[in-house]
Amino acid sequence: MAKRFRADVLVCGCPDCVEAGAQETLFSLKEEVRHRGLEDEVRVIETGSRGFCATGPIVIIEPEGILYIRVKAPDVPELVEEMLVKGRVVERLTYTEPATRKRIPYYREMPFYSEQTRIVLRNCGLINPRSVEEYIAVGGYRALERVLFTMSPQEVIEQIKASGLRGRGGAGFPAGRKWESARRAEGEIKYVIANGDEGDPNCFMDRSLMEGDPHGILEGMIIGAYAIGAREGFIYLPYEYTLAVENLSTAVRQVREYGLLGENILGSGFDFDVQIRLGARSFVGGESTALMHAIEGMVSEPRPKHIHTTTKGVWDRPSNLNNVKTWAMVPQIISNGAEWFASIGTEDSKGTQVFSLAGKVNNTGLAEVPMGITMRKLVFDIGGGSPKNREFKAIQIGGPSGGVLPASMLDLPLDYESLAEAGSMMGTGGVVVMDDRTCMVDLARYFINFLQEESCGKCVPCRKGNKRALQILTRITRGEGTEEDLETLENLARVMQQVSLCGLGKTAPNPILSTLHYFRNEYLAHIRDQYCPAGVCRELITYFIVAEKCLGCGLCIKICPQSAITGAKKEPHVIDQTQCIQCGACFDTCRFDAIAVKSREEAPKEVVA
Amino acid sequence: MPKLKSLEELQRLRERLQKDLKSRVQVSTTITVGMGTCGIAAGAREVMRAILEELEKRNIDAHVTTTGCIGMCSKEPLVDIQQGGEPRITYGSVTLAMVPRIIEEHLVRGNAVEEWIVGRVAG
Repeated sequence: MAKRFRADVLVCGCPDCVEAGAQETLFSLKEEVRHRGLEDEVRVIETGSRGFCATGPIVIIEPEGILYIRVKAPDVPELVEEMLVKGRVVERLTYTEPATRKRIPYYREMPFYSEQTRIVLRNCGLINPRSVEEYIAVGGYRALERVLFTMSPQEVIEQIKASGLRGRGGAGFPAGRKWESARRAEGEIKYVIANGDEGDPNCFMDRSLMEGDPHGILEGMIIGAYAIGAREGFIYLPYEYTLAVENLSTAVRQVREYGLLGENILGSGFDFDVQIRLGARSFVGGESTALMHAIEGMVSEPRPKHIHTTTKGVWDRPSNLNNVKTWAMVPQIISNGAEWFASIGTEDSKGTQVFSLAGKVNNTGLAEVPMGITMRKLVFDIGGGSPKNREFKAIQIGGPSGGVLPASMLDLPLDYESLAEAGSMMGTGGVVVMDDRTCMVDLARYFINFLQEESCGKCVPCRKGNKRALQILTRITRGEGTEEDLETLENLARVMQQVSLCGLGKTAPNPILSTLHYFRNEYLAHIRDQYCPAGVCRELITYFIVAEKCLGCGLCIKICPQSAITGAKKEPHVIDQTQCIQCGACFDTCRFDAIAVKSREEAPKEVVA
Repeated sequence: MPKLKSLEELQRLRERLQKDLKSRVQVSTTITVGMGTCGIAAGAREVMRAILEELEKRNIDAHVTTTGCIGMCSKEPLVDIQQGGEPRITYGSVTLAMVPRIIEEHLVRGNAVEEWIVGRVAG
């Protein structure tokens, strides 16, 4: 007789949680459960990420649905004794909502989760990604059954078209139309490709999906291959994603053994197999033609797309490439119907989008929400607002080549069209939240620096344009810019948008143009007043202590890396300007607002000395 | 693992595997066993094991959870059954021998075993 377990202890095995000690937690949980003789009733399982891993290691107890944060090995005996033996919630390990200071033990009640609609990430953190059996048990490969035995390839394509699914790699091209043109393309041999080459800094949704639910991607690919008429497929991902590589490889091996990949799948007469190809994580490497070059074993550089890759892709054969998230949505669309998917989201942007929240926000992590959600809901309800109650200033959305949206646009719906209109883009859904301590010129400089490093150098506008833009931006942050520079930047940006070869160069000017549009005053402050209002650009600021406000607590003296601050207890302190490196550590530490930032000219004469 | 050669084989496999994941899907019945020191001393562990076995034998979808002492220590082991929006029904002094009848009458036939009930709590 099979054993019935009363509880599952799900331990997140994502790199963030592992870094925080999840392996030790997992080991002690297994030990403790055995030690207490619970191994017949309670299972301890390693899963993928549930998206909340800044507070790892995360442990979820099912069926109760209780989420514990920062569970370290020493916490395990108490957790097992109280939670698993006596059924009492261990309050001190539960999540506290920053706004209300209330503890919320049940994850379904946390705003971070209750506002989400999980389609792509439905299984992440709930099943063991290295067990095909668990995937099958939650209804996996049921969509494949339906496709292989009750639908024609054309019917599958019609379903995808009707659902309104658009590519989740960033550009948002309708997936059904892409599939159709690949199906119609001439050629005996065709390929399907899953793009997992995520090159954006701060983004980890593709990685998290590949780690947490590899079978979702595989099932989508097999369905797509059937629709398009492909018998071979590739999954391309960075070798740096070690856990994703491991889990995907395991998944491919398991489905081959079950015969869900290979010849004559389930006796349907359809043959399909996939290979995993590894590259080095790079930004341009995720561009479709660059990625196809890499699969062919060449340098991953893009080519002009006069001929679509659906006609001539890998080895000049029709190739249908989609992002891993797009593939993972396919089985859900088949299982629940195109109408269901089309009912989520907005008029032109259907379904959900996975956003990664990073930067100055309380709940960093991955959130999957309906398309068209407002920025306010994403940043404040799900993200929990800015830490330390600092003023929310803007978000950068769409990755490094996305654009900045200011706080005044908090009610903007986040979908493909609205974002493009506002001078940004959906991209892969990376969101960086910024507070009043972020300088917009410095931000643009940071992203352009990233982009000029990632530019492959094949076309001039991107190679030279980013480099020149970086020089100008750097000059401005040092207080050496002129107002003419702003015009030059704008002209440069327009040329790059129009004549660059691929998406990287075409979208690279977004951070410059959007910051210039929404925060031109900050640029002008750097140029005219020689001052950085956010207090970031070191050459343009002076920190000094406002004597009337300083209580002489000594906190800044302790934190200053230069030992530049002196003063007796309960007496106003003083910063020695000859030692100060403008790092801002004292400013961030002071609890009494006694540290002021001023331009060098404005600062009191005696402190500049 | 054997190769699946047909649709039916995959469906049979799924059916078998689904049992294993019951603790992670939402069901309408929750059985709670009092597992305070008083409950454990009175044999709650053994009662809980018996419940799990009985559920498995009859293939019933229900979650089994534990709880701390709820104050009625003299009637331990206490077993609560909650179904959907129905009042929570509590059985007291549950022994191994009582488990099959509670499961049979309460969960399979839908009639609570009146003579063993020690409390009802709405909601």
